[in-house]
Amino acid sequence: MVEQVRKLLEKRVTSVAELDELRKSILQKRDQSRTCISICGGTGCRAAGAEEILEAFYEEIEKRELQLQVELKETGCHGFCEQGPIAVIGPKKIFYRRLKPEDVPEIISETVLKGNIIERLLYVDPATSEKSTYESDVPFYKRQTRAILSANGEIDPTDIEDYIARGGYSALCKALFQMSPEGVIEEVKKSGLRGRGGGGFPTGRKWESCRQASGDMKYVICNADEGDPGAYQDRSLLEGNPHAILEGMIIGAYAIGSHRGFLYVRNEYPLAVRHARIAIEQAMDYGLLGENILGSGFDFTATINKGGGAFVCGESSALMASLEGKIGEPKAKYIHMSEKGLWDKPSLLNNVKTWANVPLIINKGADWYSGFGTAGSTGTMIFSLVGKINNTGLVEVPMGITLREMIYDIGGGIPNGKKFKAVQTGGPSGGCVPEQYLDTPVDFDELSKLGSMMGSGAMIVMDEDTCMVDIARYFIEFLKGESCGKCVPCREGLNRMSEVLNNITHGKAKREDLDTLEDLAGILGDGALCALGKTAANPVMSTLRHFRNEYLAHIDDKKCPAGVCRELIQYSIDPDRCEGCGRCLRSCPTGAISGEKKEVHTLDQSQCIKCGACYDVCKFNAVIKV
Amino acid sequence: MTKVWISGENTIDVKAADGINAVHLTVDDKEIVVSGGQTILEAVARLPGIGTIPALCYHPAVKPYGACRICTVEVSEDGGSKFRFVAACLYPVKEGLIVKTNTEKVRKLRKGIIELLLTRCPNVKRIQELAEEYGVEKPRFVLGDQDCILCGLCVRACHEIMGKSAINLVNRGIYREVAAPFYAYELGEECIGCGDCAFVCPTGAIEMGPDGKPILPKVKIPFAEIEAMMKQETVATS
Repeated sequence: MVEQVRKLLEKRVTSVAELDELRKSILQKRDQSRTCISICGGTGCRAAGAEEILEAFYEEIEKRELQLQVELKETGCHGFCEQGPIAVIGPKKIFYRRLKPEDVPEIISETVLKGNIIERLLYVDPATSEKSTYESDVPFYKRQTRAILSANGEIDPTDIEDYIARGGYSALCKALFQMSPEGVIEEVKKSGLRGRGGGGFPTGRKWESCRQASGDMKYVICNADEGDPGAYQDRSLLEGNPHAILEGMIIGAYAIGSHRGFLYVRNEYPLAVRHARIAIEQAMDYGLLGENILGSGFDFTATINKGGGAFVCGESSALMASLEGKIGEPKAKYIHMSEKGLWDKPSLLNNVKTWANVPLIINKGADWYSGFGTAGSTGTMIFSLVGKINNTGLVEVPMGITLREMIYDIGGGIPNGKKFKAVQTGGPSGGCVPEQYLDTPVDFDELSKLGSMMGSGAMIVMDEDTCMVDIARYFIEFLKGESCGKCVPCREGLNRMSEVLNNITHGKAKREDLDTLEDLAGILGDGALCALGKTAANPVMSTLRHFRNEYLAHIDDKKCPAGVCRELIQYSIDPDRCEGCGRCLRSCPTGAISGEKKEVHTLDQSQCIKCGACYDVCKFNAVIKV
Repeated sequence: MTKVWISGENTIDVKAADGINAVHLTVDDKEIVVSGGQTILEAVARLPGIGTIPALCYHPAVKPYGACRICTVEVSEDGGSKFRFVAACLYPVKEGLIVKTNTEKVRKLRKGIIELLLTRCPNVKRIQELAEEYGVEKPRFVLGDQDCILCGLCVRACHEIMGKSAINLVNRGIYREVAAPFYAYELGEECIGCGDCAFVCPTGAIEMGPDGKPILPKVKIPFAEIEAMMKQETVATS
């Protein structure tokens, strides 16, 4: 026990000079000649088997007794999730992708020990067939500006020394000792940073009003309750670089005069919770959190609160109600949360990405930051590129880049030669942007002009096989399930909207139903209490605006042009093409297909449940979907 | 325009009413002075000459909640160039605020909300009256048969006035309902049978039972039914 306490006291950093010294000693301790292998431990790569790869590396290194020459590190998300599991072999940063445990011994013997490059593990650009040896050569990374995400691939999120070695907590030193709280706010204001959670409210102004709000007790909150389908930026940041967020929060707390912080993290993100917890513990041990931070006299502590699985708790007032231990439902924000928030005290709530931006702005200056992006939306933004796209992953680009650049240059276009149809931006309450607007610059204002929004930065790409009515129905179903049920427009309105949309996808709708949808959208937009309800109609309204023909096809012709809505399609077997192989017969779950081997098969419509299994397995394109 | 009705027979000069806490408002083109710290609904409710703002989830005895949204009005904070919709029961009065309680847009919005409520509760008298007032004939949706509009008045009365919290709102979205602790179907010892909940209920969904305890509205969706619904939903979405 005494030993432990002594160790803790030794770790404690009590001044800027000591922190600089610590940084120097960490760098000195590190043998620069060691080869560093960083394995991506992000969500995507873990799902693809990154843990097995890591295990294989451990075993191989142990077997060959290379512990002194090779440093193995599990880092946060590298972003290129499509190609996972990923390993980057330093110091040249050779980029190997889609690894299997069998590849590991070869990597050690060839690349690490001899410096040879293993060609088959390199990334090949499908468009140009060019191979990229180093991480920076990969087209996916080359076109990005990874100001925040770059650290993710380099540091071990469970080791504070990694973060400090990279210059971590230097922004905190600068803020605490060289800047006044007002100066910090001024810098953030000048940078033009806007809330990255979706609202896009100017961060500096929020900080200022929170500083000016009266009251001794103020709270700082990090919103990590990311719940949009297709978005995982916050998760990856918190998993991969939790100290950057903590540092941002401490600076924010110093700026507004708060001593207490909360990280509200989704419980479905166990790794993010774990890494944030480790980060807080380590920051406490090093004296970067707690009393008298770095000898400045400023105190700040932070704790983690796990969310209870409600999407609506990502909304600031619902999040605070949940923090208070009440039902997570929003309240009217006619008085801002920055004046009367958590326990009716001034509260500063920002998104994970917003907090991660803060140390950069303090360190490099507002001018550097506002050099990126457009006049109205400065800086970089992290998007998750998902759906029908070749390069699924996290991308960080300056604001103002066009959707086309994002989808085709970085995203690599649509797989299997299909045609692009629409991209849904901003999560479930965002809108679908069709092809003719692909050259729109992506920033807060331009997207809302199109009836969509920036939201959390999810980009769901859809190809020609997507039914837009079905997409609208899916998102309304999602929001219906996630509505807290407090106000009538949202609870009842979304329920009725899903009723009408289900009628349309089942071919039971009339033309008047489109007017009903528009009426309901009006009630939601004007009448709902919180942003979830107010924006909930966006997926319906944007698809109605850009894809009205598809709605009309469902209503008038009782046809689903994309062949998705089950009630409106029919499968049949083309006798001229059927070879009688029996694959469809075996795959049919209801026994609707009959026929002798080598003879034409037939499909009994009365038994068909339209699951599409036969369509998927047929090798001769003999199953027709109409 | 300087003389306005404040209450009953008394008239008062607007300019002369510059008390410490006086707030000048324009409500439906009438200039009025009210004391600050109230909401629009509270301020306007006591003034004659201005049409009443309908409200279902509001009761002067408990804190406003803003759930029914029927009290929505249009307000402008910048002297009339930009108007937005706010819930009158929650919005605090501010100096120079312009309020419109009964415009075409407001009536349309209220009509839409009432249609939704009538769909949920077609047999409730209070909703039927409102529907008649706002010209809602037949809802365009599949009718429900519930009495409770989930305004939360009973819950707030039990918590704020009695301090018992014997009932609360449980579940989310359309599965929301009023229930006793641990999702019980009947009230136990925690209920003192004061009847406050039944008294404040705007739709008469709560009645006092023979044992002196309220019978909660019959919106309870048994778990089996929820399961069946979920199954249906997954079939429909898969």
